[in-house]
Amino acid sequence: MAATQASKEQKYDRQLRLWGDHGQESLENAHVCLINATATGTEILKNLVLPGIGAFTIVDGHTVSGEDVGNNFFLSNNSIGKNRAQAATELLQELNSDVSGNFVEESPDKLLDNDPEFFHRFTIVIGVHLPESTCLRLGSVLWSASVPFLVCRTYGLIGYMRLAVQEHTVIESHPDNALEDLRLDQPFSELKKHIQSYDLDKMDKKDHSHTPWVIIVAKYLEKWLSEHNCQPPKNYKEKEAFRQIIREGLLKNENGFPEDEENFEEAIKNVNTALNPTKIHSALEDLFNSEQCNNITSQTPTFWVMLRAVKEFVHSEGNGSLPVRGTIPDMIADSQKFINLQNVYREKALQDAAAVSKHVERLLQSVAKPPESICEKDIKLLCKNASFLRVVRCRSLAEEYSVESVNKDEITSSMDSPDSEMVFYLMLRAVDRFYQQHSRYPGVYNYQVEDDISKLKLCVNSLLQEYSLNVNIKDDYIHEFCRYGAAEPHTVAAFLGGCAAQEAIKIVSHQFVPFSNTFIYNAMSQTSATLNL
Amino acid sequence: MAVDGGHRDSGCNWEGRWNHVKKFLERPGPFTHPDFEPSTESLQFLLETCKILVIGAGGLGCELLKNLALSGFRLIHVVDMDIIDVSNLNRQFLFRPKDVGRPKAEVAADFINSRIPGCKVVPHFKKIQDFDDSFYREFHIIVCGLDSIIARRWMNGMLISLLSYDDGVLDPSSIIPLIDGGTEGFKGNARVILPGMTACIDCTLELYPPQINFPMCTIASMPRLPEHCIEYARILQWPKENPFGEISLDGDNPEHIQWVFERAQERSAEFSITGVTYRLTQGVVKRIIPAVASTNAVIAASCATEVFKIATSAYIPLNNYMVFNDVDGLYTYTFEAERKENCSACSQVPQDLQFPPSAKLQEVLEYLTENASLQMKSPAITTTLEGKNKTLYLQSVKSIEERTRPNLCKTLKELGLSDGQELAVADVTTPQTVLFKLNFTN
Repeated sequence: MAATQASKEQKYDRQLRLWGDHGQESLENAHVCLINATATGTEILKNLVLPGIGAFTIVDGHTVSGEDVGNNFFLSNNSIGKNRAQAATELLQELNSDVSGNFVEESPDKLLDNDPEFFHRFTIVIGVHLPESTCLRLGSVLWSASVPFLVCRTYGLIGYMRLAVQEHTVIESHPDNALEDLRLDQPFSELKKHIQSYDLDKMDKKDHSHTPWVIIVAKYLEKWLSEHNCQPPKNYKEKEAFRQIIREGLLKNENGFPEDEENFEEAIKNVNTALNPTKIHSALEDLFNSEQCNNITSQTPTFWVMLRAVKEFVHSEGNGSLPVRGTIPDMIADSQKFINLQNVYREKALQDAAAVSKHVERLLQSVAKPPESICEKDIKLLCKNASFLRVVRCRSLAEEYSVESVNKDEITSSMDSPDSEMVFYLMLRAVDRFYQQHSRYPGVYNYQVEDDISKLKLCVNSLLQEYSLNVNIKDDYIHEFCRYGAAEPHTVAAFLGGCAAQEAIKIVSHQFVPFSNTFIYNAMSQTSATLNL
Repeated sequence: MAVDGGHRDSGCNWEGRWNHVKKFLERPGPFTHPDFEPSTESLQFLLETCKILVIGAGGLGCELLKNLALSGFRLIHVVDMDIIDVSNLNRQFLFRPKDVGRPKAEVAADFINSRIPGCKVVPHFKKIQDFDDSFYREFHIIVCGLDSIIARRWMNGMLISLLSYDDGVLDPSSIIPLIDGGTEGFKGNARVILPGMTACIDCTLELYPPQINFPMCTIASMPRLPEHCIEYARILQWPKENPFGEISLDGDNPEHIQWVFERAQERSAEFSITGVTYRLTQGVVKRIIPAVASTNAVIAASCATEVFKIATSAYIPLNNYMVFNDVDGLYTYTFEAERKENCSACSQVPQDLQFPPSAKLQEVLEYLTENASLQMKSPAITTTLEGKNKTLYLQSVKSIEERTRPNLCKTLKELGLSDGQELAVADVTTPQTVLFKLNFTN
């Protein structure tokens, strides 16, 4: 047991550094359903099996064709004629013995007819190359069951993904450029006290040059505030003046020239950061004001109970601010000064998290749930990430496809730009229409290409008409989509495979932020776009 | 049902095998490259003639081999100097636990050749520097999945050295396109380089900022972060204590890492620093870059798409740089990186070195290593004095380093160098020497 754990730590080392042991655990507890083991489907699964997804089930009623084997790494020519779900499962399973692979030799339509609840057991369902009717049927079942649904397809040189999830909360969004939480504009009492323990004028050179820039800025800010009617430096001119004052604080050598004090240079460089007002940004305010946050019941998910607790903290102990994050960036200082400063923030963060915990307890009590239902660790994690919480909500497929609720604005405004990827979305909708009418996709065989152009154009026009979309689609796109002949070139399938797998991992792990709600990739120009439909 | 053109080897063909590919080779279309002509011969070109070189058989390399093989390419060579490690298995899908310790290039080639009938991947368990121009010249397109900027620059320099000019005009048949992919965590990029025509690796060196190391005084006397404690053990304690004898620290040896970890823990306890873990220790010592299957899949796919486009003229290739990031949603940004007029690799213009005659050679050396556009690693400087070749400074051979070290403290004037003097500089970042022209300032 220990040996397997150690070897898993080694095997997964490079990804554990991205999503941690807890992220890995959520992956290993997940069961993914893939519908249709086309090249796109198997590429997606490959990128989930390799990192150790707990289990996968392939649902596919098709038999393997020669064409299938030609573009699919997980089908071999001796599986031609066999069921595609089974054939692909074998070769995918072989990638990682930690993963449990299953298959169902059935079309999704049959399953929806006979056993729609079959899909309720999955952490996420990934539907690849589904005809429109199947897609919408399945979408509706999964939406009601709150099972996230990721729709993917590769059509010629175009990749398409659609995420349909009602509400997806993210505590650990891992933002790339997070602003520090230093509270210099409103230092809490322990920080104030700590700043006061320094007297820059009485320090020897060694201490002076190794005082953290946060202290330096805080000291000079105190002075500035007392001289400027409690108004911090606001515009460029004032900030420059403030920087200059700090510069004058540099020790002078015996010739009267300023010494080389890197910590002071850091202070000057970080004035903008330091003067960032501590505030709750509007996205978080929106979350605080949302229904789920304000209406706590015994059914309320953990995320919202904790968020409500944070809101209550903000309105009481927090005095309008979030719990202190507790981390500070590295800065030039001697070890002791840095650690002491770091501890001031850390202890405050612990204190604030404890206060939030009390609110959580009260809220749980109020809905007759035991206080242990939400653990300390999760509360601390949420507090630390309070500024970065995200909630993703997608419109349902039904809403996207309904004439009443189609997102006309998004479509028409995108189509105003000549290079917009929106045209490919409309073309995919048009080929689906073609499929509905003709039970095949346009231009699959060489002799069909020419004739199908006019047939596809009719589908395009009927689509635009039905949704009252006053946009123009150039004939070139219609020609190109007939030319594609519903081909699934491997490199485009592989690109989408990487994208979709990572989005699935985000959904399963609740780390990093998933896209919402439509992604289009254009391999001709190597460009992409995210649309909200 | 359209039938494939005949290929003699029966196990290598079956009906419909290349259907997905053929639609892009045999049908005209409104967005194809102006040079594109639909033909049944293009597929034969891919299957029988087009030679592709894949550099690297790791995260990107495995994906590239699969992508190329399933796009119709069969004559593929792959170069990789590494052996398989267990930490590769989360994404380098051509390898299994039983393959640990074997050369990546060989295992990858075996797997592809057995999974994709007819594909003939030839492995080379070698460094790229083990080959000369006669090897590289043979390929139609070269695609890199490297994890080292030095190696990229070397490859870049090699392809530039293959260019031939007639009366100052570039001969297009001497151009070998270079497709380069790189990934780091959830970020990646793919670029198309036409040596001599479009921006090369060195033209955009500023896109790869130099790695920042912690200042020595912080490590030695003022640690604040767990990383500082780890570097203390690695840089200062190891050479002093030589816990396993007079051998250098091997990041792949768990015993070595364990030793560094324990020393780092002691140091962090001394300074009340928290956060030293085995995982962090390993990460710092080996400069580990996190990696997942998905990002490598995306970038290798973009690269392979470009190889296909260039080999078949199916579409206009990427012009010329795509950036990808899927931390928050999915983001791509495509732009045209510009050539640098005085690029040290591809501009053919001797590089300018501006120094006063009183400057010491040491200053020139520092400039060569620290300048953002040059970023040389250990430049060797030679020149011609009184008709004879003279090495001014060379680091990589101990005896020569010792002999030429005093030159570093001499001024350029003292060394006998004059205004306009040409200096030839060799470095690991390029297969050819770079010519510099000394410009004396006041």
